[in-house]
Amino acid sequence: MIEVKGLKKEFDGLKVLNGIDYTINQGEKIVVIGPSGSGKSTFLRCLNLLEEPTGGEIWFDGTNITDPQNDINKMRQKMGMVFQHFNLFPHMTVLDNITFAPVRLKMQTKAEAKENALRLLRRIGLEDKAGEYPNKLSGGQKQRIAIVRALAMNPEVMLFDEPTSALDPEMVGEVLDLIRELADEGMTMVIVTHEMGFAREVGTKVLFVDEGLIKEENTPEEFFAHPKNERLQEFLSKVL
Amino acid sequence: MDEIKAEFVKTFIRDDRYKVFLTGFENTILITLVSIVVGMVFGIAIAMLRYGFVQIKKRKPVTAVKKIGYVLYFIIDKILALYVAVVRGVPLVVQLLIMAFVIMAGFPNKIVVCCIAMGLNSAAYVSEVVRGGINSVDAGQMEAGRSLGVGAFDTILYIILPQAFKSALPALCNEGIAVLKETSIVGYIAVVDLTRASDLVRSRTMSPLMPLLFIAAVYFACVMILSFGVSILERRLKQGDRG
Repeated sequence: MIEVKGLKKEFDGLKVLNGIDYTINQGEKIVVIGPSGSGKSTFLRCLNLLEEPTGGEIWFDGTNITDPQNDINKMRQKMGMVFQHFNLFPHMTVLDNITFAPVRLKMQTKAEAKENALRLLRRIGLEDKAGEYPNKLSGGQKQRIAIVRALAMNPEVMLFDEPTSALDPEMVGEVLDLIRELADEGMTMVIVTHEMGFAREVGTKVLFVDEGLIKEENTPEEFFAHPKNERLQEFLSKVL
Repeated sequence: MDEIKAEFVKTFIRDDRYKVFLTGFENTILITLVSIVVGMVFGIAIAMLRYGFVQIKKRKPVTAVKKIGYVLYFIIDKILALYVAVVRGVPLVVQLLIMAFVIMAGFPNKIVVCCIAMGLNSAAYVSEVVRGGINSVDAGQMEAGRSLGVGAFDTILYIILPQAFKSALPALCNEGIAVLKETSIVGYIAVVDLTRASDLVRSRTMSPLMPLLFIAAVYFACVMILSFGVSILERRLKQGDRG
């Protein structure tokens, strides 16, 4: 579904990604872990071209999205993204946050989008917050609404960039529960996270990224029980 | 008391002098409002164009057509930057005189000349204020909009600008007040505004106190009304704030 070939990214001479090759298949839940500054977030952000790669190719559904001829907006509609800091639109109500993109992009009529948004809000138990502004919500509520906002576009894949890192500890659970639910429904997802327990439980594959390369890739059981890479062993000994 | 009454009669009543003030007031308000609108429209447009260029710079142009577009955009951006620098670096009176006697020399309606000169002047300041407002919006907002597949232009228009506008509002209000007060220079090209009206009356009556105090009070009242209007707007936009 997503094929990454020799992905490289440089920021003003600083090499962040040094040639990543990886293929993500439909229905897989790829969890990416690694020390800070390893390039794991950059890798994720390259997948929907929020960061423009400086080398290599990314193929999505058989289209080379790194080709400058490609209409990236069309591709992004199929890739939902959830950010560490939620990035809800503070000047819009919760409902408008969710319906803005589908209506603006003429994918749904206003009425359809509203109905869809309310259905999604009902699902996460926040239907009564539809008319509220984001500032009235807790971190966990904000992040769940951010997830729902991405879901409203009916994406084929969801990208999570440290979705629980900015949350108070007691809010982490509700967000992870929602992501777990999506995973169980078969959504393809790529998750950058520091939640090792969650990685083990939800991931179909776990990647260890360090120095801009995938240093180890394995099933969660093997990955955590028998890490081969030295850096990974060291990393796990610190975080587990 | 009788003295004041005599002054009043001399300044406003005799020879229907209140009509001069009325004309002046009308022109001041007209020039102010049109200049503010022109300044806002062009100022926001300039800010959007320049912010758009900052966004586009991030993607390297590859195809020939895009390269030409990029170079054109680059030139436009530089011209706009130069425009802002020049407008800020030259006194408004001088700009007004240049507009009246060089660029639009011979144009019959001097009020239009004032509106254009002052509007374009204000646009430069507004563009900088809005640019500051745009920069104060978290970069994550742009990313969130784009990640949903919404184009750069729509994201700027619907996500970035409303938030930028809110944080820029106090500064924009100051700009509006500045425009109102700066209209007092249009007498330089013989347009009768409030200040010019008081000059005309004073030169006839030879008594400066009442006409000057009067127009000072009128300017002050206008500024108060303007600030009050903005504070209402500000309160309405507060909905999305923390708290």
